[in-house]
This record gives sequence, C-alpha cells and structure tokens, in this order.
Amino acid sequence: MKLTMANKLARSSVAIIAAAALLWLSNASADSVIHEERSLYSAIIVKKIGTTLCLQFTVREDQRNQSCINVRNRRDMLFTYTRMSMAGLLFVDDPKNILVIGLGGGTLPMAFHDLFPEANIQSVEIDAAVVKVAREYFGFKEGPRMHVDVQDARVWTKRAMRKETRYDLIVLDAFNGDYIPEHLMTKEYLEESKAILTPNGTLMANTFTISDLYNHESNTYLAVFDEVLSFQTMQGSNRVIIAPGLQLTDDELKARAKKIRPLFKPYSVPIRRYARDLIRIRKKGPNWDTTARILTDQYSPANLLGTQ
Amino acid sequence: MSLELLGGRILAPYFGNSIHVWGSIITVFMASLSLGYLFGGRISVVDPSLRKFGIIFIVAAVLLAPLVFFAEPMMLFIFDRIEDPRYGSLMASALLFVVPTVILGMISPYSVRLLVERVDTSGQVAGRLYFVSTLGSALGTLATSFYLVLWFEINTIILQMTVTLVLISGVAFFADSKTTGLGRNETHNG
Repeated sequence: MKLTMANKLARSSVAIIAAAALLWLSNASADSVIHEERSLYSAIIVKKIGTTLCLQFTVREDQRNQSCINVRNRRDMLFTYTRMSMAGLLFVDDPKNILVIGLGGGTLPMAFHDLFPEANIQSVEIDAAVVKVAREYFGFKEGPRMHVDVQDARVWTKRAMRKETRYDLIVLDAFNGDYIPEHLMTKEYLEESKAILTPNGTLMANTFTISDLYNHESNTYLAVFDEVLSFQTMQGSNRVIIAPGLQLTDDELKARAKKIRPLFKPYSVPIRRYARDLIRIRKKGPNWDTTARILTDQYSPANLLGTQ
Repeated sequence: MSLELLGGRILAPYFGNSIHVWGSIITVFMASLSLGYLFGGRISVVDPSLRKFGIIFIVAAVLLAPLVFFAEPMMLFIFDRIEDPRYGSLMASALLFVVPTVILGMISPYSVRLLVERVDTSGQVAGRLYFVSTLGSALGTLATSFYLVLWFEINTIILQMTVTLVLISGVAFFADSKTTGLGRNETHNG
C-alpha cells in the first residue's frame, strides 16, 4: 500500500516537472517578452514576435486583450477588429474632434492622426503606465493635435460635458484584464458620451460577441441611440458597435465608401465591403434578445454576466 | 462590508474606479468604525439595555436610507466643487458613509456589554463576538459581490439592509419586553 502510494507520487511529480519544462520551453521559444510590469490597474506585457509587437493586459494568451503592430509597417492593421473600427468613419464626414477612450498601444489614435492630420485627437487612459509603454514601445507621440489625459474615462466625460468641445467621433476602446470596466458599460455613461457628441456625431465601441453580455450590452446601446449597428464577422469573437451620426440611405452609404476608399488603401481596410455588410446588418435589424435587461449604474454586474 | 462594496459602485459614476476611490472608501469606513467603537463603548456604560441596543439598529436604518435618495445630488455637489478626483471621492464617501457607519460601529462594543456576565469569561465572549461579526462581514461581502449585484439594483440592496436592521431592532425590543433587564438571547449583525 505504502509502496504504491510512493510510486504514484513519484510518477505524478515526474509528470508535473515534465509538463512545466514543456510549458517553459514553448513559451521561451514562441516569443520574447521585452517589457513586463504590474501597474496599479493590470499587468502590462510587451511581447515581440518577429516583426510584430504586442501589448497585453493579462498573462493569459487570449487575443481579446491585445493590441499589436507591425514594426516594419505601422499602417498594417494586424487585427480584424482594428480594421473593422474604421467602418465607423463611413458615418462621419471630415471629423474635426475625435475622442478615443482607452489608449492601449495608441494604434487607433495614431491611425486617426494619420488619416485626418487636421483633426484634434484626444485620448483618455486611466493607467499612466500604459501611456508610458505606448510612448516607449509603440511610437505613440503627443503633439499639438494629439492629446492624452490620464484619468478615469467616466470622470473625464462628466467634466467634458461642462466644457465646450464636442466630438464628431467617439471610440470606446477601454478594457481591463477581463472585459470593459463596468461603469463604462451603463446607460448613464452612454448618455454622457452622447452629450459630448456633435449633433451628427458617431459613437462606436470595440467589444465582443461571446457570452450573455452580448444581449445586455446591445440593448443598453439601443436604449440610448436611435440606431445601433452590431458590426461583426462570421468568425471571430470581436464586434464593433456603431451608433451612426449621419443618417445615410443605402446608396449614400455606398457612395461614401467609394469616396473614402483611397484613404484606407494603405491600411488594407476593405471599406466598400464593410459598407455592404452594414447595409445587410441594418436591413436585418437587431440580432439580439431585445428583452434583455439594460445595464445601468444601479444594475451593472457586467463582468458577472459575462461569465455566464 | 457589504455597504463598503456598494460604496465603490455608488461613487464610480462620479469619481471613477481608480485606485484612490477605493482608498477613500476604505479610509472612511475604517475611521468611522473606529469612532463607532468608541461611542458604542461609551454609551454602554450608562444603564445598558436591549431596548437601547434596538434603538442603535433603528437609527442605523434611518441614516442608511438617505443614501438611496440623496447620493446623486450630494455627489454632483462635490463633483462641481472639487476638481481633484482623490479629494472628491474622499469627501463624497465621507459625506455619504460616515454617519451610518459610525452608528453601525457602535453595535459591537454594546453587544460585549450586554453579553458579558463575569470578568473571567469576558475574553471568551469578546472572542465569540468578533468571530460572529467578522464571519458575518465575510459572508456579507461574498453574498453582495457574487450574487446580490447580479439580482438587484444597488438601491434595492441598501433598502434590504435597512429592512434587516429594522427587523433586528424588532427582535431586540421583543426580547427586552420578555426578559426586562439584561436579556441574553439577542442577535448580532456586524
């Protein structure tokens, strides 16, 4: 009896050591971590895989918390969702003020700056360490038309309501280690964001299609905005929610796509296909359960719902 | 603890979810509880009774209710006046939570007075009381963060707390009328 116990123990410990060694080997060979720190809000990991540089907020390997750039060609948008984020520009004519909530590696603000050199681009990021990493590793640069404030987005937006500036485009792209912070998913927050949009301003949000949260989140947007398009592809768990500012007919949308297409050439963003997809999505109407409970400041267990 | 957790949620729309918001809340709760312990101990000296014990619960319930109705305008008032979110959140949590938390802090020392009969068992009584109240806090934290926020609105949870406090005071009054003098079978809730 004792012998078999010892035997079992020995065998399982050998197995554990082997597994650990394998894990270590696979991690070490696949990519190299060039920067790692624990900030006040999350883990920040910068990885380099060949010519790809990635920013990650958890130690888990899933893609949902990553933003990556190609160091050889910054205009090469590596992720489908980054390219999909450009679809919102179909509904914005010549933006003068753009607001990006959640800096990450700074990919989106820099792309907007590149596309619209005359526009003022304001980013809001809660974590000073992320801003530092974006500057040091991802080539994020501030300038006269490129600002970043280190503050909680909710507080920033409430303060912005008291100021004059209104935004033609607002992009919600804030993530913590798990999902979107709960106080940035509520009806009240969306209303506050809507209040700092210009009359024809467009709001869009990078989010996900997985989990029960999909219905709650979609319905919350629908409670605040007249029109909500859930732009998603067949495969992949990302989606972009678009609350369009300009009310365009199908033909007008196609014409817009044709007009702005040259702008997106260097980014390999298939903007005309996106326009066709959006026309199809609009025709179909909501593809979620429109009876799902709306998220409010009083009721926002978003991250709990996400695990269900 | 349950209230402390909800405090984070209540402040988030105005002061965000930054680390200093939690710092403010924890500071205010700790400071308020410490004052509550002091006052609770002080009033337990003069003619302690279950009826007075029940009154503490009623007062706590009454002072908790304004959170439901006045939290928004109070936070807006501070938001307009204090630009720095650190001091804004500290001020807001002080205004919202000091008074009910001081009262709730009075419960523990008063319970010690009611439960202790002899000096040689006083340590044991205090030990049991800490056990019950701290375990209660742990369970309250777990229930609130895992389940209550998934089922109810924040205001509903606060009203449920209020009702619970009133019920406990009812039990204390009932026990008081039964035993007259120093009863021993009251409930305690941390």
